[in-house]
Amino acid sequence: MSTTWEAVIGIEIHAQLLTRTKMFCGCELSFGDPPNTHTCPVCLAHPGALPVINREAIRLAIIAGHALGCEISERSVFARKNYFYPDLPKAYQISQYDQPICGPGRFRYLTPDGEQTLGITRAHLEEDAAKLIHLGAEGRRAEAEGSVVDFNRGGTPLLEIVTEPELHTGAAAAAFLKQLRQTLVHLGITDGSMEQGSMRADANISIRPAGTVGLGTKTELKNMNSFTFLERGITAEIARQTALVEGGGRVAQETLHFEPTTGRITSLRSKEQAHDYRYFPEPDLLPVVPDRAWVAEILAALPELPITRRERWMRDLRLTFEDAEVLADPPELGDYFEQVAALAPPKSAANWVRGDLRAQLRERDQEPWQSGVTPDALADIIAMAESREISMPSAKAVLTHVIDHGGAPRDVVAKLGLGAIQDESELMTLVDRLIADNPVQAQQMREGRDKLVGFFVGQAMKATQGRADPARIGELVRERVSAG
Amino acid sequence: MALTDLTAEQAVRAVTAGETSSEELVRAYLERAEHDDWHSFLAIDRDGAIDRARVIDAMPERPPLAGVPIAIKDALSTRDLPTTAGSRILEGFHPVYTATCVARLEAAGAVVIGKTNMDEFAMGSSCENSAYGPTLNPWDVSRVPGGSSGGSASAVAARQAPWSLGSDTGGSIRQPAALCGIVGLKPTYGAVSRYGLIAFASSLDQVGPFARTVRDAALLLQAMVGRDPMDSTSLEWPEPIVLPSAERLDGVRVGVIEELMGEGIEPGVRIACQAALDHVESLGGTLVPIRLPHAHHGLATYYLIAPAECSANLARFDGIRYGRRALDAEDLLEHYERTRGEGFGPEVKRRIMLGTFALASGYYEAYYGTAQRVRTRIVEDFEVAFADVDVLASPTSPTVAFPIGERTGDPLAMYLSDVCTIPVSLAGLPSLSIPCGLSDGLPVGLQLAGPALSENRLLDIAHALETAIGFDAVPAGVAA
Amino acid sequence: MIDEHVTRHVARLARLRLTDAECDRMQAELSAILTYIEQIQELNLEGVPPTTHAIPMENVVREDEPTPSIPSELALREAPEVHGGGFAVPRMG
Repeated sequence: MSTTWEAVIGIEIHAQLLTRTKMFCGCELSFGDPPNTHTCPVCLAHPGALPVINREAIRLAIIAGHALGCEISERSVFARKNYFYPDLPKAYQISQYDQPICGPGRFRYLTPDGEQTLGITRAHLEEDAAKLIHLGAEGRRAEAEGSVVDFNRGGTPLLEIVTEPELHTGAAAAAFLKQLRQTLVHLGITDGSMEQGSMRADANISIRPAGTVGLGTKTELKNMNSFTFLERGITAEIARQTALVEGGGRVAQETLHFEPTTGRITSLRSKEQAHDYRYFPEPDLLPVVPDRAWVAEILAALPELPITRRERWMRDLRLTFEDAEVLADPPELGDYFEQVAALAPPKSAANWVRGDLRAQLRERDQEPWQSGVTPDALADIIAMAESREISMPSAKAVLTHVIDHGGAPRDVVAKLGLGAIQDESELMTLVDRLIADNPVQAQQMREGRDKLVGFFVGQAMKATQGRADPARIGELVRERVSAG
Repeated sequence: MALTDLTAEQAVRAVTAGETSSEELVRAYLERAEHDDWHSFLAIDRDGAIDRARVIDAMPERPPLAGVPIAIKDALSTRDLPTTAGSRILEGFHPVYTATCVARLEAAGAVVIGKTNMDEFAMGSSCENSAYGPTLNPWDVSRVPGGSSGGSASAVAARQAPWSLGSDTGGSIRQPAALCGIVGLKPTYGAVSRYGLIAFASSLDQVGPFARTVRDAALLLQAMVGRDPMDSTSLEWPEPIVLPSAERLDGVRVGVIEELMGEGIEPGVRIACQAALDHVESLGGTLVPIRLPHAHHGLATYYLIAPAECSANLARFDGIRYGRRALDAEDLLEHYERTRGEGFGPEVKRRIMLGTFALASGYYEAYYGTAQRVRTRIVEDFEVAFADVDVLASPTSPTVAFPIGERTGDPLAMYLSDVCTIPVSLAGLPSLSIPCGLSDGLPVGLQLAGPALSENRLLDIAHALETAIGFDAVPAGVAA
Repeated sequence: MIDEHVTRHVARLARLRLTDAECDRMQAELSAILTYIEQIQELNLEGVPPTTHAIPMENVVREDEPTPSIPSELALREAPEVHGGGFAVPRMG
């Protein structure tokens, strides 16, 4: 009988914080500036320079801890993590070890299957490494002739989040990470760009016979800079471990690198890898003991968490899971949607914001909250369409006009003469004329091909330049065809 | 009277009164500093010093320190002025910034004339561990000046500077002050910013003055003390430092540390200290025997904590951003190992090794962790003592200046030089050494220590004692 | 006690190249020092908290306000080797 294997996965996330300055010095954070233009004696680790904690990083970590469902530690301590590498100028990283700022907790998030939770072991503050640029052979470390260091990124505040090993598939890991990212971005903690490396995820992966509780030897998989790669990387590593074990081999504890272009997994083992980090409390910094009143003030000023917002929309506004998920990200879109939904039926507001508005704006490289379409304007368009003052095609045309030229929707309707034809006799005359002009189609309808009603509606819309109400036209066509 | 015979306080007054100028003072001291028979200096900034003196002389009003010259320990970062910390690995290094304490002194009108010799990275008690050769004691050139701030101490003792800055981690100001017959003050941990002090052991390092008198030491501290936003561990100072003026010690209780007045203390040192302490009672104070039950564990504790911190602090010297690097390394590992293996001297390597070991996986709790707990006990011992007395007294060093080479072969014997000063350092307390007499023609220092932030009181008591002791000997080779 | 293997391991962690003679001497000296130091392991320290800072303080932070960085020429001025605006590093092993 063959064993079935179950994977056990924990994720470590590094998120760069949206502060203005570095974790321990006043150098401004930058992206894409010339090398070594954002440095000072502190982040270059010049002799005698000392770190000072950025208060904003503490604030963001407290917010993140809250969103992760973690306890905020009464006292947290920075520690030195010692290892030599050219991107680490002090040869120790200031991090947190046995007293992190956020203690254990559970993160709640929504998936199409309902609410999920994942255990969070801890979240702690640290500083990012500098950027190593390898010279010579394309990117690959081992072949590089030499490297240069750019310290602009060195010292950027990082929040490291460590989850419990409770996930079992690459897909589940990706689903978690998406929700986590949305939450952190929504709260302004990080910009969450996985492509640019401002949010990075590593996975600890092991397998065990299904139904057992022990943990197998784990590997650490790095370099998955998108949700897709995370899912694919984990899936590939599970397959690799399973094949290895089923072939009688053993999994070695090691750090692995996922190569997205080839899907290959390679070992990062090198002679520098035998680490003993020799953590000890950082004597240059003092313990952080967040004042309770300050923490309360921070949390009181927080916007609604994305999960709370989405639950509210699904409960109170009767949005589907999918509507809520799409509209909540980014948070500005959610804010915009809420303003429209306050003035128009929520379901219609959701459809319009997700659908036509975003589609039309995307062609113009705009986002709803930055566009000329105010929530008021969109609500007006929705109201006119719903009351059949204008037809749907007209409504879309009004939207286009407002996007490109501005103006109040009602004025646009008047100006362009897009008001729906309300006069029944006018519509009747039109329908009769179309039936007379198209006897073949009319006959086929009488013989039961009801689908042809669409043909007549189309003709009517063309003839009225979209001002007819398609539903009413349909009714009239059926009525007059059978009467004829 | 020569200009270089003036105390710093007298020199400030003379310049302010127009009796002399900063430039004259600076030139007089440069003259002596450049005839450096004791190897006090590693670098002298003649042109820069004279330029700055002229700027001060041209000011409509003299700044508080009036352009009086000063020598700075080479452990302090001075922009564009060579700074080596006595190490080969920093040969040719020119810092891009100036340490806060030096910047504050310059802002107050002090003129830096040069950088003084020291044990490499402040690790040593004799100044013999400098990569650039030892400093000699002005009282006897066959003997050490003490360390690690040996050059700063000898510069003041030899009248090459009216005062100087040193740094003290386990005794590196007080012990050389004692061995050179001058005043050396280690303030409360955090009193003076460490920003720009090349770190040895971050939780212990403190900058402080060497001077000829307690009042001069107070004057220098006054210009440096207080919170610096660049140093998280620097303290908001509760009151200004005032120049001490006490003549009596009425009501003052002086605790004599019993563990440091007996075995292990050279008889000549003990006798000189006892004689000095006799003045306490004649000035109206009381002597109280005090026990510090964990004091004798101070040395062992210190030699875990300081090396552990230094093993991380000195990891940044990797030959990538500054300093010397080994040439033609095949790969990164060889680059690191050779750069550091060739750049550091034996004592520095020894302490990095010791500290790396104390923090290593499997050893941390037994060594570093234990040391941190003993440190707590030592701190508590002092708290108990200061519930009973105003200051504590002991010899500063168990011996007078010892012959060059005597202890270089035996690290432990060298470490014992700091047995009296280390417990105070572990507790972060203010402490100073004042000269209290001679033993076989060599100076003896008396150490006084007070509770945290008690500098004003400590200086007052030291001033009264200093006046009563009346130490006025000058090294024979130094006479103008 | 500390043997040659431990001495070599620690030297590697600290990135210090020691000659064979240095290593022998280091091992002997460290052993002597550690023998002296181990006196503190005899103390009863149960329930005694560790001290990292002798003068207790907490919550020293700075505001998130930028301060000027130094020009890159100055940042690179003291570097033994510079390449294209960056600090040159030997080939990774």
